[in-house]
Amino acid sequence: MNTMTENSTVGYVTDDGRQIGGTIMEMKNITLRFGGVVAIENISFDIHEGEIRAIIGPNGAGKSSMLNVISGFYHPQEGEVWFNGQKRPSMKPFEVAALGIARTFQNIALFKGMSTLDNIMTGRLTKMKAGMLSQAIWWGKAAREEEEHRQKVEEIIDFLEIQAIRKTPVGRLPYGLQKRVELGRALAAEPKLLLLDEPMAGMNVEEKEDMSRFILDVNDEFGTTIALIEHDMGVVMDISDRVVVMDYGKKIGDGTPAEVLANKEVIDAYLGVSHD
Amino acid sequence: MAQSDAVLDSIPALLARNAATFGDKAAYREKEYGIWQRWNWSDVAGEVEALALGLLNLGIHEGDFVAIIGRNRPYFYWTMVAVQSVGAIPVPLYQDANAEEMAYVLGHCGARFIVVEDQEQVDKVIEVQDQLHQFEHMIYVDPRGLRKYDHRRLHQFSHIQEQGRAAREEFLPELQARTERLNMDSTCVMLYTSGTTGKPKGVVLSNRNVIVTSKNSCEFDHLQPGEEVLAYLPMAWVGDFIFSIGQAYWTGFCVNCPESADTMMTDLREIGPTYYFAPPRFFEGQLTSVMIRMEDAGRFKKWLFRKYMDVARKVGPAILDGKEVSFGDRLSYMLGNLFVYGPLKNTLGLSRVRVGYTAGEAIGPELFEFYRSIGINLKQLYGQTEATVFITQQPDGEVRADTVGVPSPDVEIKIEDNGEIYYRSPGVFEEYYQNPESTADTKDAEGWVATGDAGFIEKSSGHLRIIDRAKDVGKMADGSMFAPKFVENKLKFYPDILESVVFGADREYCVAFINIDLTAVGNWAERNNVAYASYQELAGHPEVYNTIQAHIEEVNKSVAQDEMLSGCQVHRFLILHKELDADDGEMTRTRKVRRKIVGEKFNDLLDALYGGKSEIYTETEVTYEDGRKGSISATLEIRDVSVVPVNTKVAAE
Repeated sequence: MNTMTENSTVGYVTDDGRQIGGTIMEMKNITLRFGGVVAIENISFDIHEGEIRAIIGPNGAGKSSMLNVISGFYHPQEGEVWFNGQKRPSMKPFEVAALGIARTFQNIALFKGMSTLDNIMTGRLTKMKAGMLSQAIWWGKAAREEEEHRQKVEEIIDFLEIQAIRKTPVGRLPYGLQKRVELGRALAAEPKLLLLDEPMAGMNVEEKEDMSRFILDVNDEFGTTIALIEHDMGVVMDISDRVVVMDYGKKIGDGTPAEVLANKEVIDAYLGVSHD
Repeated sequence: MAQSDAVLDSIPALLARNAATFGDKAAYREKEYGIWQRWNWSDVAGEVEALALGLLNLGIHEGDFVAIIGRNRPYFYWTMVAVQSVGAIPVPLYQDANAEEMAYVLGHCGARFIVVEDQEQVDKVIEVQDQLHQFEHMIYVDPRGLRKYDHRRLHQFSHIQEQGRAAREEFLPELQARTERLNMDSTCVMLYTSGTTGKPKGVVLSNRNVIVTSKNSCEFDHLQPGEEVLAYLPMAWVGDFIFSIGQAYWTGFCVNCPESADTMMTDLREIGPTYYFAPPRFFEGQLTSVMIRMEDAGRFKKWLFRKYMDVARKVGPAILDGKEVSFGDRLSYMLGNLFVYGPLKNTLGLSRVRVGYTAGEAIGPELFEFYRSIGINLKQLYGQTEATVFITQQPDGEVRADTVGVPSPDVEIKIEDNGEIYYRSPGVFEEYYQNPESTADTKDAEGWVATGDAGFIEKSSGHLRIIDRAKDVGKMADGSMFAPKFVENKLKFYPDILESVVFGADREYCVAFINIDLTAVGNWAERNNVAYASYQELAGHPEVYNTIQAHIEEVNKSVAQDEMLSGCQVHRFLILHKELDADDGEMTRTRKVRRKIVGEKFNDLLDALYGGKSEIYTETEVTYEDGRKGSISATLEIRDVSVVPVNTKVAAE
């Protein structure tokens, strides 16, 4: 079944004709423990350049922990994380961000009192080079730089169709829009790999459709590799190229949505098993 | 504006004149990436030429129809002019039309080329392309999400322009020859009427229609090249075509396009248009939001607002009309302007409005007076697509809420015996495309056009007053006159009531369906701690029913004053469980109620209203925005309303 992972560096062509590149990230035998609790047990999988890769599983399966390992927030006790063909040492989250990995959070983590524009601008922080002093007096390089960053931010605002809330404090926005702003902030970092932690959680059908379209458009327009965690099976199967299924910290399936759906273990994990 | 009319016989000719006369004056602005981008008249001439050459490169013929589907953006206005300059005919469509509606219009005009905004519109056209035999090429402005599409018949707007620029040498003589062949008789544009009844009809307007009408109307209001307008009304609507193309190209004023539909209010404030058009519904929405915010304001601010609004009501309109006002009143009005009206106008984005128009529906007298009293020169006009907009309009200083003004320059008006209004003017349309029967029904051999509206000319002032649609003016069972619109308009003037539909033709008495205004009633509910989960629940609330009942009783009193129409008092009513919606076919895309369709669809409710029941259970099919269907059910209360007895109405007071 895992034919694709075996020629992982080669890349493949999706059903809808997109060319997916070679491996950009590889998780090798990851085990993560919190004291005696094993959150992730010996999991390996890879993420190819340009694909939409989903991690799914029931509650408590270890999905968010996995994402936190990818983002460098958790350091696994065993196993290796390879990024861009190099083994990644233990890093601080900001160092990981500098590598080109950006993320959104399950519980929105925006600056509520700041406007949409300013929130997205914070996503450019890793790209700002002017010193604190020249930023304070806003002269020369700092002013030029801000203009460039503002342009990039405006492109994102246009892309996500949130012009009308440009100056609105984020705390006043409805949930679905806050999620969109958070996506905007992640995009502002121009990531190579974008991690989305339950991007559709708590959304209604229409908001989910909008968000799905934005995720697909980000992938299509900027060629961004996307790894996402999601509960909603329908959405996952619709938008992702390959899916990793987790249950109780173990990997129980890996492949295209169709392959995963046909996998008996996956069906058991989601629908339960009758014991007779 | 000294110019010889001889050569200005097409829109492309006007563009050439503008590029030569005031080439570095702003012609278009559009807010994009948070900044107002600007194009001068000479830039526009270049953009239009590049696109026209690109279209020639694609093989466009003279007389081809080119459909244009998108929101107000400079690119689509350029497309219209580019299409004209290659001798083809632009056909703007409503961008919110669904695929089926679009298929009908695209098939009817046989569009070979379609210019659209984005993926959404591309998808719609692809969905119906099998029904479109003449369709060949589609051009889109926004490439987002379209990269993977089959590009054999799909092109990006900027690429077409690039190809045009590259092939300039080759095609320029052909373009010039075609543009020169245009004259006053060639077709300027084809606009589909929204069709209150039946299928939409394609109204063919010639250059003469558009240019003469634009010239006359610009002179009527002394429009200058320095005017600023905000283009936000649908491009498929004749009004937008005249304001944003006809008048803009005639005088050379600047057309500003909002960043997106949602940012329209912000963009309005930033631009501060000097010439402005909005339907009554829009002014109503603005006033409602002002009033709601005033309810939440502090006590001092409320006091200040009330005090100076009283002053404004008393002397504002007189000051605006240049009439004599005492020094004391003038002084309080000036203070009011400083404290209240000025900031308010600024908030509404109407500080600079010199000429404002409203049309399409009757406007509530109080609403109308409100805007005039704070110093906004809001006027009414009466028009139709078939007339290239203008039939009558109000001159400065003669503005009233209950008339639609005097005949526009060069327009003749006559009233037939049945009350129907006819007009004849240089703006009268050429024909309905491929529909000679309808053309003959509407326009007679002498050029008189039936408006379908009933009205009369007021003897004292010479102003036209509209009663209702001529075909809607009917008889009740006892033979008295039935004019539903007359009653509905009175009802709609209450902020709580969004829509009303009155029935009563050939019946003993009148009944009404009511739609509440969710903003106004929702705010009331919030202030009075009334909990509700949906429109339906709020609409069925007993307190809401009481309020609406009180409104209807007021209206009945006012209707009873009018001898001819006193039979139209509403005897029973119910509040509908859903908002009337264009997606369900209950309204036109310009949000006019389709009375007949509503009557048929809610037949069970009508039976209950006339059957004396006090409540009715009903199920209704609804269409969501993406075209899926669902159904909602509800039990609706029906109420009796007290009416003023017709024959003894004076005694009853």
